[in-house]
Amino acid sequence: MIKFSDRQLKTPKLMRPVYLVTAGQSKFDRAMPDKRTEELCVDALTMAARLIDKSPAELKSYIHSCYYGHFADHFGDQLLGEAVIHDRLGLDPLGNIGVKTGGATGGSTLWEAVKAVASGYSDCTLAMGWERMDEVPTDEGNHLISCAADKDWETPLGHIYTGYYAVMAQKYWQVFGKEEESFRRTLAEIAVKHHGYARFNPYAQAPMDITVDDVLNSPVVAYPLRVLDCCLMSVGAACAIICDEDTAMKLTKNTKNKPLRIWVAAGSHTLRPACRRNMEIPLLPNESADQYADLGERFPGGDRYPGFTGFLGARMCAYYGYRMAGVVDPMEDLDVIELHDAFTISDVQSYEDVGLRPYGYGRDYVESGDCYHTNPHTGEPGKLPSNLSGGLIGCMHAVGATGIMQTLEIASHIWGRWGEIHGDPKIWEEFGREKPADWTDLQVKDAKRALAISHAGVGSHVTSTILMDPDHLLKEDA
Amino acid sequence: MSIFGTVRVKNGQYKIKGEFHHITPNMPIRNEEDGWKLMGVTNPRSMTYIHSYGGEAPFFESISQGKILGTRCDDPDCEFKGTSYIPFRIHCPDCLTRNTIVDFTDVCKNTAKVHTFMVCERSGAFNTLDKPIKFINVEFDGISTILMSYLSIGEPKIGMKVVPIFRTVNPSYTITDLSWVKEDVAEEDLPEGFTYG
Repeated sequence: MIKFSDRQLKTPKLMRPVYLVTAGQSKFDRAMPDKRTEELCVDALTMAARLIDKSPAELKSYIHSCYYGHFADHFGDQLLGEAVIHDRLGLDPLGNIGVKTGGATGGSTLWEAVKAVASGYSDCTLAMGWERMDEVPTDEGNHLISCAADKDWETPLGHIYTGYYAVMAQKYWQVFGKEEESFRRTLAEIAVKHHGYARFNPYAQAPMDITVDDVLNSPVVAYPLRVLDCCLMSVGAACAIICDEDTAMKLTKNTKNKPLRIWVAAGSHTLRPACRRNMEIPLLPNESADQYADLGERFPGGDRYPGFTGFLGARMCAYYGYRMAGVVDPMEDLDVIELHDAFTISDVQSYEDVGLRPYGYGRDYVESGDCYHTNPHTGEPGKLPSNLSGGLIGCMHAVGATGIMQTLEIASHIWGRWGEIHGDPKIWEEFGREKPADWTDLQVKDAKRALAISHAGVGSHVTSTILMDPDHLLKEDA
Repeated sequence: MSIFGTVRVKNGQYKIKGEFHHITPNMPIRNEEDGWKLMGVTNPRSMTYIHSYGGEAPFFESISQGKILGTRCDDPDCEFKGTSYIPFRIHCPDCLTRNTIVDFTDVCKNTAKVHTFMVCERSGAFNTLDKPIKFINVEFDGISTILMSYLSIGEPKIGMKVVPIFRTVNPSYTITDLSWVKEDVAEEDLPEGFTYG
């Protein structure tokens, strides 16, 4: 049994309001033989400057400290790559630090950059993340990723991380999916959705027009997960500029970017999913203990929490983040989200961990059509569209950049610039990608509040990044 | 002629012998669509790490001898005194007192059940297990945690009873020396090198 003290469950508080001012990203792809990592980072920072009508040099003159997310030194075969990037961005002699928390590295990098501004240490920070996963073939890449599992107890068992998620998929399918074939098809629908949305994103690596049967007929990686259930391995970079209020106002004056309030919270749980001891479910503001009293009766096996069916780290980052920002019911309070769809199964698990649906009912978020830009059952806007970027399955998983890419995506909706950022024919042409004839503007109309979940390991580190239009806050003292 | 790097400990220090890395030439990477211009270079690496099991060493020794050691918190002041762990935890995660090492072989032989499983058709580089790999997560009566391992004989199913087997002949001294089979498999039918201990 794990227990938390009240001190550990204290709602985090930022010492002053913090703002996301702008963000940028590079093209994402499986390999980029023509670019060094620093070129990708320059692309991202240049885009961030362009979105607020600044030159890179002008924007750089505001930056006071730098936070670099780069998960795997061994992928790029460059120890302390942060120092290389910092130098090439011309940001010496500013203080900088590297952040690595596996798949959550991007989110954790933002967490650090936000805290630095909130504390008053800096008025403007750079959060930059990247990954270079093309320096080894896929088999070796799978081995390197599996080194993020416990190297004595887990890595030697197959040297493939997908396997560590697949055991969760199997358990979830048995407990909450009730071993129904229809649940398997719901998982596949997520892959169809994310590859499909990637078609409208010029930065995305894996646009595909596919069907549920294509997913179900794709090669098995680790049963029940198939190739099309899995996230991508990518190369790319993304960055965000985080500021206090005065600096945010100066940087965005007469630009299309309205500074957005930002909060980031973090949770964690053991790297070894098998080491999870039982505990009571920490409740989100929209839940009550009563609703889970008979969980084990409704879903035999579901009473072992978090077991292999939930991610305690994801639950805790929502637990802290929602209370920081005043979110009570994410389905009502938020307008658009990006979730960490490392695998279709972890996407569904996250719906429950972050309170989009109660534990046991995650599939309904997809089956109801709520997760779509346009609900396929009603033709009306989806209630809370997710992963319109294409997510990790359709857009990219350049690990250190992922959580920052997600944040740029949700910000672009609140800025009302999604169509501009993703639809510009020049970007499609520059990236050598063909803009589809049926390209669709996925702008979520009147978006004011949004969430991005960045997730590592088998839930070892998870962050929640919440953005809000400052004129549409949920609580005054947030 | 090269020899594998070997390591022993003497006077509290590593004593190494043999080759711990191999040098292979770099090779150019050229673009066949653009006049074979230089794009990059391969950087071969082959090296051997020296890794300590530290306080977990008794576990990795024990599985090569047909035993499964776990640990238990016996700190009388710990709120969670008596909690038992497989996988082996050196310290109690609550009070951080050093746990007591306990031989749980009989518990494992008598109560092991599949908590969940998956069948892995692919693997990463350096995998040494036969594919498809049948990953199983094994639960035990009275143990607070679950062990990740693999099933060598039988078709995995949630709730299935399984029995441990051990690579006691030419052990690798890694977690792969411990595997599981369905009930009632004759010892002569076990994979090469494995016994019931």
